[in-house]
Amino acid sequence: MPQIFPRRANSLVSMALWGGAFGVVILILVAITIGSSAHDTGVFTTPEQPVPFSHEHHVSGLGLDCQYCHTGVEKSDFAGLPPTYTCMTCHSQLWTNAEMLEPVRQSLKRDEPIEWVRVHDLPDFTYFSHRAHVNNGVGCESCHGRVDEMPITSQRKPLTMQWCLSCHRNPEPNLRPSDKITTMGYDPAKDGIPGHELLERYAIRKDNLTECVTCHR
Amino acid sequence: MSRLAGYLGLLVGLGILLSGCDQEPMTNQPKFETYEAAPRWPDNQSARQPVAGTVPRDAPVELTVSDNLPMPLTRELLERGQAQFNVYCSPCHARTGYGNGMIVQRGFPAPPSFHTDRLRNAPLRHFYDVITDGYGVMYSYADRVPPQDRWAIAAYIQALQLSQYARLDDLTEEQRAQLDQDDPAAAGTATSAEEGHQ
Repeated sequence: MPQIFPRRANSLVSMALWGGAFGVVILILVAITIGSSAHDTGVFTTPEQPVPFSHEHHVSGLGLDCQYCHTGVEKSDFAGLPPTYTCMTCHSQLWTNAEMLEPVRQSLKRDEPIEWVRVHDLPDFTYFSHRAHVNNGVGCESCHGRVDEMPITSQRKPLTMQWCLSCHRNPEPNLRPSDKITTMGYDPAKDGIPGHELLERYAIRKDNLTECVTCHR
Repeated sequence: MSRLAGYLGLLVGLGILLSGCDQEPMTNQPKFETYEAAPRWPDNQSARQPVAGTVPRDAPVELTVSDNLPMPLTRELLERGQAQFNVYCSPCHARTGYGNGMIVQRGFPAPPSFHTDRLRNAPLRHFYDVITDGYGVMYSYADRVPPQDRWAIAAYIQALQLSQYARLDDLTEEQRAQLDQDDPAAAGTATSAEEGHQ
């Protein structure tokens, strides 16, 4: 019986095998790259809002503390979006004829909420608590970035599980004293009290932080 | 026959797999997150307005508001008051309490300074009431500052007033001796500005 395969079939088979194995590795790398890319995690997503509210102006320009509007942040899981009444605390006197603020005035007049577009949206199977973070030394900036430099609010951190865990496994470098939680441009590593001291002060038990049930239930 | 059964099995299998395509992703489950829009609900809101007069279950029911501080005056209370004052009041009243905060500098009608005889002699309850009900062009802060914090802020305002109006008579003999020793020239115009720094 003559040979069915020519001699070069040997090298073709080995090329196919190696190529396949290499292809799988490439595929995994591509999947990881896409999964952690800005396109997939939503980093730099800047949704259009009904009123072009500038955190930059209100925070670094006027010096308002985050809590002035996000009043629920230390008491509730949700930081809280200000009711129109909060906007009108100042804007009943300032910029009262500004075109830009017309939706705000209409909202107060008609007693209808302004429909802001959510910028930071975690998957529905994670249960994030602002109260738990803010009262235990994690600053706003750690997850929201330099909000004081955003003319329009955008997402700056990937908010992936890997990203959450990087801090849950090693929280020390991100901890701040309780009077620096809303401070922007604060570097816990350089400016502050050493992380291990704060870990003790807040009585944080690191072994709990990576339990599944801490975030998923 | 067996070939037909094979095709049918394949079809059923594909059908089962395809039914997965129409599922909402688990990242967006059929439930309302806080403040999520709820079509067909009043105002498009999933969060409902509480019935008028609703009180939180864990809130102490205050049938009458006390005239004096209803809790002990401690360092913690004043520090809490300072923190909350700086968040909610300082934009207009300024951290010093002189009423020239950043919002006033941008054109908001200036509130009165805390460092006047009228407000120095005002009872603690006055500040509590103004935070609760608002005053003039100042809106009510009742929904932003809970009663405990209102007292803390009121107490801190009085500390702030004292910081700009401490008299030599208020000091003990020992403190006065200490003052003379520290700076003989400044004795007599004793004011503690420590807490009033901008």
